[in-house]
Order: sequence, then C-alpha cells, then structure tokens
Amino acid sequence: MTNAFAGGAAASPSAWQIDAVFLFIACVSLFFFLLVEGLLIYFAIRYRRRKASEDAALSDVRSNTLLEIVWVLVPSLAVLAFFTYGYVVFRDVTAPQPGASDVNVTAGQFLYEFKYADGRTAVNELRVPIGPPVKLIMTSRDVIHGFFIPEYRIKQDILPGQYTYLYFQPDREGTFDIFCTQYCGVGHSNMRAKLIVMSPDAYSTWKAEAEGAKAALPLFEKGKELLERFGCLGCHSVDGSVKVGPTFKGLFGRMVLLEAGGEAKADEEYIRESIVDPGAKVVKGFPNAMPTFKGSVSDDDMAAIVAFLKTQK
Amino acid sequence: MAHSAAESAGHPSVHASPAVAYEAAKLGIWAFLATEVLLFGGLFTTYIVFRLKFPEMFHRDYLHLDRVLGAANTVVLIASSLTVALAIASIRKGEQRLLKLFLSLTIFLAGVFLVIKYFEWTEKFAHGLFPGTDIFFSLYFMMTGLHGLHVAGGIAVLGAMLFLAGRGRFSESYNTPVEISGLYWHFVDLVWIYLFPLFYLIG
Amino acid sequence: MALPENGRSRGYLAARGFRSWALTLDHKRIGALYLYTTLFFFLLGGIFGLLIRIKLMYPGQAIFSNQTYNVLFTLHGSMMIFLFIIPGIPSGLGNFFIPLLIGARDVAFPRLNLASYWIFVAGILVILGSLIRPMDTGWTFYTPYSAKTGANIALLSFGIFLVGMSSILTGLNFIVTVHKLRAPGMTWHRMPLFIWGMYATSIIQVLATPVVGITFLLLAMERVFGIGFFDPAKGGDPLLFQHFFWFYSHPVVYVMILPAMGVISEVIPVFSRKPIFGYKAIAYSSLAIAFIGFLVWGHHMFVSGMSKTASIIFSFLTFFVAVPTSVKVFNWIATMYKGSITFESPMLYALTFISLFIIGGLTGMFLGALATDVHVHDTYFIVAHFHYTMMGGTVMGLLAGLHYWWPKMTGRMLSEKTARWGWLLTFIGFNLTFLVQFYLGFKGMPRRWAEYPPQYQTLNIVSTVGSWILAGGILVMFSNFIRGLFRGDPAPANPWKGLTLEWQTSSPPPEENFGTVPVVTDWPYGYVKRKPAGDG
Repeated sequence: MTNAFAGGAAASPSAWQIDAVFLFIACVSLFFFLLVEGLLIYFAIRYRRRKASEDAALSDVRSNTLLEIVWVLVPSLAVLAFFTYGYVVFRDVTAPQPGASDVNVTAGQFLYEFKYADGRTAVNELRVPIGPPVKLIMTSRDVIHGFFIPEYRIKQDILPGQYTYLYFQPDREGTFDIFCTQYCGVGHSNMRAKLIVMSPDAYSTWKAEAEGAKAALPLFEKGKELLERFGCLGCHSVDGSVKVGPTFKGLFGRMVLLEAGGEAKADEEYIRESIVDPGAKVVKGFPNAMPTFKGSVSDDDMAAIVAFLKTQK
Repeated sequence: MAHSAAESAGHPSVHASPAVAYEAAKLGIWAFLATEVLLFGGLFTTYIVFRLKFPEMFHRDYLHLDRVLGAANTVVLIASSLTVALAIASIRKGEQRLLKLFLSLTIFLAGVFLVIKYFEWTEKFAHGLFPGTDIFFSLYFMMTGLHGLHVAGGIAVLGAMLFLAGRGRFSESYNTPVEISGLYWHFVDLVWIYLFPLFYLIG
Repeated sequence: MALPENGRSRGYLAARGFRSWALTLDHKRIGALYLYTTLFFFLLGGIFGLLIRIKLMYPGQAIFSNQTYNVLFTLHGSMMIFLFIIPGIPSGLGNFFIPLLIGARDVAFPRLNLASYWIFVAGILVILGSLIRPMDTGWTFYTPYSAKTGANIALLSFGIFLVGMSSILTGLNFIVTVHKLRAPGMTWHRMPLFIWGMYATSIIQVLATPVVGITFLLLAMERVFGIGFFDPAKGGDPLLFQHFFWFYSHPVVYVMILPAMGVISEVIPVFSRKPIFGYKAIAYSSLAIAFIGFLVWGHHMFVSGMSKTASIIFSFLTFFVAVPTSVKVFNWIATMYKGSITFESPMLYALTFISLFIIGGLTGMFLGALATDVHVHDTYFIVAHFHYTMMGGTVMGLLAGLHYWWPKMTGRMLSEKTARWGWLLTFIGFNLTFLVQFYLGFKGMPRRWAEYPPQYQTLNIVSTVGSWILAGGILVMFSNFIRGLFRGDPAPANPWKGLTLEWQTSSPPPEENFGTVPVVTDWPYGYVKRKPAGDG
C-alpha cells in the first residue's frame, strides 16, 4: 500500500473493465496527439522562412473540401467509439448486481458510518468478504460527500436528503483506500476510510469475535478503539500536533480557552458535551467543524473514551 | 471640423447614419430582453421542477393567495402596456403633450401595481407566510419580487423618458429611446401575464 | 508615462489624467482598463496558486492551516475564472480590437461600454468586501455546503452577479457592434476570424450569464431569507444548483476558449504568410461550439447522483464538441503547410497554444466517456485537464494576442529576446507543473485536498517545482511588458505585415481609429497577392 504506484493498481472486475476503456482512448488519443504535434513540428521546420526576402508563401491553397470532410468524419467516428465503449462499461459497472449484500453508508463531516444488515456498525472501516457483490446504500447527514475507491475505479457522490447507490465486487484480499472526493469543508482531506477485503473464513471469524473481543478489553483500550472507529483521530492527534481539531495530548484536566471567550476545564462533563454538542464550547483558534455524535456514542462508550483521554498525558 | 458636430452630442456618433443607430438600438434591446428571458427562465424552470415534485403543496398554498388583487394587478399592467404603446404612437406623430400624458399615466399605473403588491405582501407577512415558509412561498416571493424590481426599474426608465420628453428631446424623427423603453415595459408586463396564472389561477 | 517622441503621435493615449481614463468612452482605453484589471488578478490568482503548491509539497499539516488552504484554492479559482479568464480576452482584447478589426469608430454603445467596466469594478469591490469572512467553498459554490458555511456567501454572490451583469452588457454591445458597424464592404465572410470567435463568445455571454445570475441570487436568498430550493431539509434539491451552475459554467468554458482560438486564427496566417486554411470551417465551427456548448453541462455531473439516462445523453452530446474543435486544429496546421514561417514571440505562443490545447482536448475524451470519468472525476486528472485547456489554451492565446498586438496598443515594441526567455520558462514550467497531475489523478488523489497520503508526495514535489519555473517565466514576461510600456522601441504601424484593418492605422491608433473610413474589398488573409515583385 505504501508503494508509490499502488494507487493505480486495479483491484476488482470493474477496475479491469474501466482500465481497458482508458487504454483504448489513450491509444487513439496518442495517435491524434502524435499526428498533430508531429505535423506541427514538421511544418514548422520544413516551411520555416530561410531568407528574409521569402516574404510570401509558396501556396495559395485556401481550403480543400475532401480534407475538411475527412477531418470531420474521422474524429466523429473516433468519439462515437469512445462514447459507445465508455457507455457499455459504465452500464455494466453501475448495473445492480443480483445477490448483493447491502451495507448502509451515512456520510457526515468528516467520516463515513457503515451499518451492516445484522445491525453492526463501524466508522471509517468497511469490512467485506471476497466474492459476493456489495451494494452500498448511501446518504449524507449534512453536505455533499464523495465515495471513491481508487483501486476499484468507482466513485459516487453522497447527497443529503436522498439515496445514491454504488455496487462493487471484491475479488482480491487487501486493504484499499476510500476517499471523499466532493469538497465538504475543513476536514475534507482527512475524510478517508478503509475498505478491508477479507477471505470468507477470516470474515466470519471477525464477525463472530467482533462483539466478544470488545467487552474483554480494558476500558481505556476500548476507548482508543472507539476513537479510531468513530474517526476522531482524523481530526484530533494524540501526539500534540495540531490537526483540524485540538490535540488529545495533555487535554484532560487542562483549562482551555474558548472561541466565544472565557475558558473551561476539560473534565468529564466538558468531554461529554463536546461529543454530543460540539458547537457549544469550541476551543479558541479552531473551526466549529465537528459533527455531533449524539445517539451514536453510548454512555459506556463515553466512559471508555474519557478513560483513554486520561491516559494521554 | 468633425469634432464640432460630435461634441454637441457629447460623443461622436459611432454609427453611419441615424437609421443604423436606430437598428442598433433595436437589436440591442432585443438582445437584452433575451438575457431577461433567461434570467426569469431559471425561475420558471425551478417552478416547474418543484410543481412536479410537490403538487399538493402547490394546491394547498395557492389558496392563500388573493385572486382579486392578482387579477386587479393584471388589469393594471395590461392598461399600462396600452398607455405606453399610445405614448410611442403619439411621439411618432410628433404629439409632445400626448407623449408626456401617456408616459405619466404608465408610470402612475406601474405605481398602482407596486402599491397593490405591497398590500398583498404585507397581508402574507401578517399571516406568517414568509419567503422561507416553504418552497411555494419561496417561489412566490422570489418571482414576484424579481418582477417587482423590474417594475421599479421600469418606473425609473420611464421617468427618465418623461424627463427627457419634458426637455423636448424627442420628435417624429427621433424617438428611439421611448420605443426601446416601451419594449422593455411590454416585457415586464408579459412576465406578469405568466406569473398571474402560475400562482393565482392553477392550483 | 512615456514621453511623446519627436513628432510622433501618441494617438488615443494623448489625453492624460485620471478623468481622461475613468470617464473615457474610447473602446481602446476601456479595453486597456480591462487588461490592466484582469492581468492584476491573473498575478494575484497566480500567487494564490503558488501558495497552494507550496503547501502541497508536504503530505500533512504544513506551512499554514487547512482552512487557509481551502480559502486559498477558492480565491485562486474564483479570481482566475471570474476576474481574469472570463473577462480577459473578451473584454480586454475584444474591446480594443473588435472595432479596429471591423473598421469601426467605436463599439455600438460606448456609454454602456464604460458602464460595463465600472459595474465590473463594483463587482470586484463587493467580492473583495466579502473577504472579511473569506469564502471556503471552491469556485463551484456547491450547495448545501455554500449555504451553511460561515463565509460571507451572500455578499460574494452579489459581487459575482455584478461581474456577470458587466459580462452580459459587454457581450450585448459586441453583438450589435458586429452586426451594425462593419466597414463598407466587410461582408460576414470577409470578417477576420477573431471577430467570428468573439461573436460566438458574445452570444454565449448574453444567453448563459443570466442563468448563473439567477443561481447566485437564489443562493444569496437562501442564506438571507432561508428560501430552500437547494436545501434538502426544506424539500429542495442540491442537484438543481449544480444543473443551474453548469448550465452557465460549461458554456462559459467556451467564453474562455473561443476568443483565444480567434487570436490564434489571426496569428498563424500572419506568421506563416499564408491564407488561413478553411476559413468558413473555422468561422462556423465557432458558432457550432457555442451552440453544442449549451447542451453538454451534465458531463460535470456523471457521479453526482443524476439519473443514468441523463448521464448517457450528456456523454453522447459532449463528444460532439470535440469535432468542431478538432476541425479548427487541423485547419491551423494546414495553414502552416507550404507557408513561409517565422517564429516571433506571438507565433511561439500560438504554436504553444495548439500543442498544449490538444493535450487538454484529448484528455477531455477520458472525461466525456462515462466509464473513465467515473474514475478520474474530482481528482487531479480534472485539475490537470482544465489547466491544459484554460492555461495551456486560453492564457497562451491571450499571451499570443498580447505579444501580437502590443505594438498596436502601446505604440512600442517588446524586447523579442526577453519575450522568448519568458516563453521558454513558461512552457517548461507549465508542463512540469501540470503534466504530472494527470498521473496523480489517475492514481486517485482527489482535488481540493489540503493533506494527502504520503504515496502522492513525489509527484506533488515535481509539480511544485514546476510552478516556480512557471512563475519565473511569468515574471520575465511581465518585466518585458513593463519595460516595453516605458522604454520599448517605437512601433511601426504594421510590424508583422498583417492584412487586417488594425494594421492599416498608426500605432497607437488615433482616437477616431481611422482617418477615413476604410473600404474593404477582400478577406484579410490574401498573403500570396502581396508576394514582392521579382521574387522567384
């Protein structure tokens, strides 16, 4: 994944199909490119004025109907081919795939929330088994977002107030980037998620373990996991660096200056309030950009998060 | 030599002859009206989109509009179209006094239109109906508001014509500004002719 | 200011003082005012662009905050589009040269022309005023983000509305000018091709701009009165905004490129000493592009959630813009065939236009085709593509025009040597900056990103270094402009031996353009007839 060229690697049937269209258009375009640039350079050299006295051209040709027809027809045929091939593949890639398993996606500033059919939820992490196609049913809770899996060559905007859909078929194990492609505010470039494609066995093991493992964790460990899962760490660092929001390092128990004036102590209540009503007490120097997590962070979760923050001295 | 003639008009004429100047002005106003059609066209498109999306809302809300006042305003504007046409006809015959009379009448009718519109809007506000109330009222206030601005603009243009007429600038041979102002005014009336049924009549 | 040479007329530049410029009705002075204003925003927008590139040398938080970055790319886009590239050639070179090229005294409505300029300035002031709470929406102002953000979008919308109004009035003025003020004998088919390009442009300005006007008005009303056409919470539809926005903003792409194509159609034959090849094909392809341009806006919305049927129709129509465009390119190349070509700076920029624009055009094929657009939409591929068309195309066309007409506009020559250095640096820097971005986009890096995963860093550094070379080229070029304005050698009336009418009057032209009204008897590209006697 850190390989500089991995971003271009194709990783699903849709990607191969779309890459073929790329290749086709690229070859035809390259022909026209070389033709035009070649003629341009050739004419420029061949017909350059050699003596200052050669003040007029050799030819008075003003037009040639046959040539005009040729260079209307040939590009027309080329673009018709581009259109047709592009359309056929687009139709296939976006067509509903029978037997697809549904995953609901709710996008918000600046994270993706995935809801599986059996009620499990996850933030910024979409796990699917190899094989069966997946149907994403997507909507946004605030502004327009994008959903882009570069290695799958597919993309779809996510709109507030209506659903959009995306189908894909995972056929290779691995972890793939999910990027937001529609500018959505200050955290836009940090709105990234992972698509994790697992072998069917690993997937069912994970599915079974998912619940049990969580309960066994120490509280602060669970808190850390929650912060990762909800995508908090996209905007808040734990190493003291400034991202979209204030860092968590040394936060708990400190007095923070507020944007609205005054200051507040970062205690349990302040943390809770900042999670359910982020706009209430914004830290000075930071934008009021955080979405509310009211309803998605339970009281138990809250306790775990606070436990984790206490460890970040 | 050429300069003395030019300076009397403020700027040397760019046109080959008065006839060309007249044609240029006509072409100019028609091009301008084309942009106006597209400006309102955006709103009419919006109207169609949401009317198809929310037919019940349009039916429910149109009952809140006062058809009598709307119809009165339609009559007022049609009358003003007539008076502005009469103004143009008068100056073509060289009738300076009639020109001023009909221009004044047109401005008066435009004023009546705005006053009626003012009472309509006030009444809506009193009933708690605002531009942000719902899509129907957003459209109603946007479209009648933009039209109202055009009526106000029309009053300014016709007022300028009346002022110039008062200084005797127009004659049988030169009345292009009156004519193109009249075309603009007909356009403003025409927009209302569409707005009235769309909001007041079809539910 | 330059001093008058001994016995040389300063032409339209004779009058001095603030009022002689601010209240001028002379199309040449108004054109010059537009050029000064738009070139200022070109440089300012360029500085914002450089800052963006500097930030993007580093994958994480660096140099300045993400919010500052968002404001900067919005300012870069909005200023370049609305304050430079849309008014640049049409209002600047167009105002100056349309009357000269058709043998007229001025544009049809000189007062309206002056009013357009001051409306433009008023729009600029309002836009600058809105920067108290700077915009962070991107130049596309997509709702609902633009309806919710803390920036002063309502005021900004009003500013853009004014700039649009200026654009409409200018277009209207040009349409009437071309129809009614052509010199005796100048039939439609004897018009220079720059006029054809400007005529097609004006039609787009008049018909498309009002729609963006109403769109911004609705956006402002949404913020002020809470009307909800674009707000899903109130039953509105954010896609409606995109449809309205692109109904204007796609045709306006041709407002940017058609005048540049017009300039190229003038420059190529002059420096090839050869009649333009396929005059009618070039002339009517401008109108065809203007017409088809109105039907293709949906290709900006293939992944927006618009219906698939609509996407397919828009994709199909989109490809037909490629045909008249390629016709022009082939005709320009054919014009060079058996010519007698010289390579002064205007020609260098014209040839650069062709070679860069073809890259922009061909990469557009990937965006018109549905399957491939889905992958590269909203990535750096798009950024590279439109910089190749707008900077590689329009800006190179503008620069060709500036170098070509500079002697006519100022009465002074530019230094040819400096011009070539400026061209070389610009050419290398531009390609280095933007060629790598195609690959960056194909690899998946979305546009408008303040931060990015480290795998994209190498290409970003290359691009940033390219931007410095590009900036160097622009600096050299502008130093040449400034030097040329004050110290350039006096220009003869017709330094390039052109046949269009502007070269038949003095440099700079007198206020009334022509001493006697020119009478046109032939098209302006009959170079072979001018073959010097005794040659061959």
